[in-house]
Amino acid sequence: MQPLEAKIADPAKRSMLLTALYIAQEQYGYLTKEAIERVATRLGLPVADVYSMASFYSLYRLQPTGRYVLQVCEGLSCHLVGGADRLVDYLRKKLGIEVGETTPDGLFTLQTVQCLASCGTSPAMRVNDALYENMTAEKVDELLDTLRGYHV
Amino acid sequence: MFEKVLTRNFSLPRSESIDTYLANGGYQALQKVLREYTPEQVIEMVTASGLRGRGGAGFPAGRKWAFIPKDPQIEKYVCVNTDEGEPGTFKDRELVEKDPHQVIEGVIIASYAVGAHRAFVYIRGEFFLGVKRWIKAIDDAYAKGFLGKNILGSGFSLDLSVHRGAGAYICGEETALIESLEGKRGQPRKKPPYPASVGLWGKPTLVHNVETLANVPHIINRGAEWYASIGTPKSTGPKIFCVSGHVKNRGIFELPLGVPLREILYEYAGGMAFDKKLKAVIPGGASTPMLTPDQLDIPMAFETLEAAGTMLGTGAIIVMNEDTCMVDVARRLMRFFAHESCGHCTPCRTGTTRMLALLEDLEHGRGKAEDIERLEEIASKMRGLTFCPMGDAAANPILSSLKLFRDEYEYHVKYKRCAVAA
Ligand SMILES: Cc1cc2nc3c(=O)[nH]c(=O)nc-3n(C[C@H](O)[C@H](O)[C@H](O)COP(=O)(O)O)c2cc1C
Ligand code: SF4
Ligand code: FES
Repeated sequence: MQPLEAKIADPAKRSMLLTALYIAQEQYGYLTKEAIERVATRLGLPVADVYSMASFYSLYRLQPTGRYVLQVCEGLSCHLVGGADRLVDYLRKKLGIEVGETTPDGLFTLQTVQCLASCGTSPAMRVNDALYENMTAEKVDELLDTLRGYHV
Repeated sequence: MFEKVLTRNFSLPRSESIDTYLANGGYQALQKVLREYTPEQVIEMVTASGLRGRGGAGFPAGRKWAFIPKDPQIEKYVCVNTDEGEPGTFKDRELVEKDPHQVIEGVIIASYAVGAHRAFVYIRGEFFLGVKRWIKAIDDAYAKGFLGKNILGSGFSLDLSVHRGAGAYICGEETALIESLEGKRGQPRKKPPYPASVGLWGKPTLVHNVETLANVPHIINRGAEWYASIGTPKSTGPKIFCVSGHVKNRGIFELPLGVPLREILYEYAGGMAFDKKLKAVIPGGASTPMLTPDQLDIPMAFETLEAAGTMLGTGAIIVMNEDTCMVDVARRLMRFFAHESCGHCTPCRTGTTRMLALLEDLEHGRGKAEDIERLEEIASKMRGLTFCPMGDAAANPILSSLKLFRDEYEYHVKYKRCAVAA
């Protein structure tokens, strides 16, 4: 069998794969079968190869998510100052969902992530692309209220 | 009071802008280099400065630059490692968000020195503001003629672009970073060959941490001798220490390498929060063995920490007080390593998963006495057997916590709960 590299005329084209997956994810909401196939066709890569990439990197979503993806940092520095599990538990109860799940109204998905490089301003979490630092239960309440407010 | 070098602009208004950078002496080192120095002279200067990599391993930067083949026919690349993600570390994000031009100037000088005309920023996908700051700064540097063709009329050309990662800690390892840049799964390559000879697309590639490159303009501006006068003979220059955990003032502190740990904790970080007693310190990020309160006078330098059986790593100091359960800490750290193991080699993939399971059992009162031995056995067997240094990184904190706090593990087995009130 021909090695994969030989099939791709231009190696620089392959290096567009991460970017292409981001663009497809933006367009489709998550990486649907169609989205993956389109990326594969455009870059001249096997579909299985593109799938394998999408599953390796945690920021690619192979499942639909809520409007807001809440990612709570699980790292040690966040944990030491009352974040991590405690914040996750608070959100689990408050939203009535488990980690990895989405609220029935489709607004919030709860996830955990590893260190967000905000250990000095921990507990930290991300909501979609925005970083929130020094989080407390009250600040989480406020944040959820604000986000819900956009959708009433 | 130590005169700040790398963070000197941080408190200025719009510190990230090219105008602020230029108004404070920015890009003068670049002009000087292009006008007065040959690439060889730049490499000599950086070598003489003693600058060592700030990405964790502390390899001498000048030596790495000298490894890059001189043949102008061979294409070469420079990569800026902005994948910071080891728990406790948050300096590179600050450098990029608050003073990106300092890093860009370092990249251009490094590229000139090794003869690269193409450079890449590899940034963690999670750093959204960082991505924006990088892109804006690069655009502005192009507009002023610091990047692009024939930079400042020197005949030297360099293109710099940003490549966004997508959530995989292992892509911070330089060969995994290169794989990811090539559009592949971020799994480390076999070393040797090192990237300096076979890197991106098979070409010689210089990979540096953000903080390492930020030092370069200052070495040019103020001389190698000045730079080498800061720190210890073997660990020169300023260092950004990141302090997190149970101290009063968490944050980054720029200090000369070799500063005693005690001084960082008590003078800069304000001492212990809530007047609790200190129990242990992780000195250089999640992968470095712990220190105890009797070791606080240790100078924070590569060689002194190594002599003490640990590492300077990224200079990320995590402080833990008397109420901290060490089994819980080990479990928390292992969750990180198990999650971030790339799965490429068995000792690391199964080792981290099995250690995590044992630690979860111990923490939750389901552990047995032999589990402690099993843990120790897996951790010691993993060391040196994995494909990349991640295996050692995962084993280190476990072995050190077992060595220092074995009684807490035993307490968990015996009483099915923590020895500390938490
Ligand atoms: C598992 C692992 C993760 C790493 N992550 C990073 C990182 O996020 N940032 C970084 O600069 N170096 C990281 N490194 C170190 C790099 O492999 C490499 O040594 C460094 O980028 C070289 O730059 P320096 O010489 O300027 O330190 C990591 C190494 C390993 C083994
Ligand atoms: S040691 Fe771990 S991270 Fe490194 S190659 Fe093996 S599985 Fe991947
Ligand atoms: S440990 Fe949570 S941001 Fe670093």
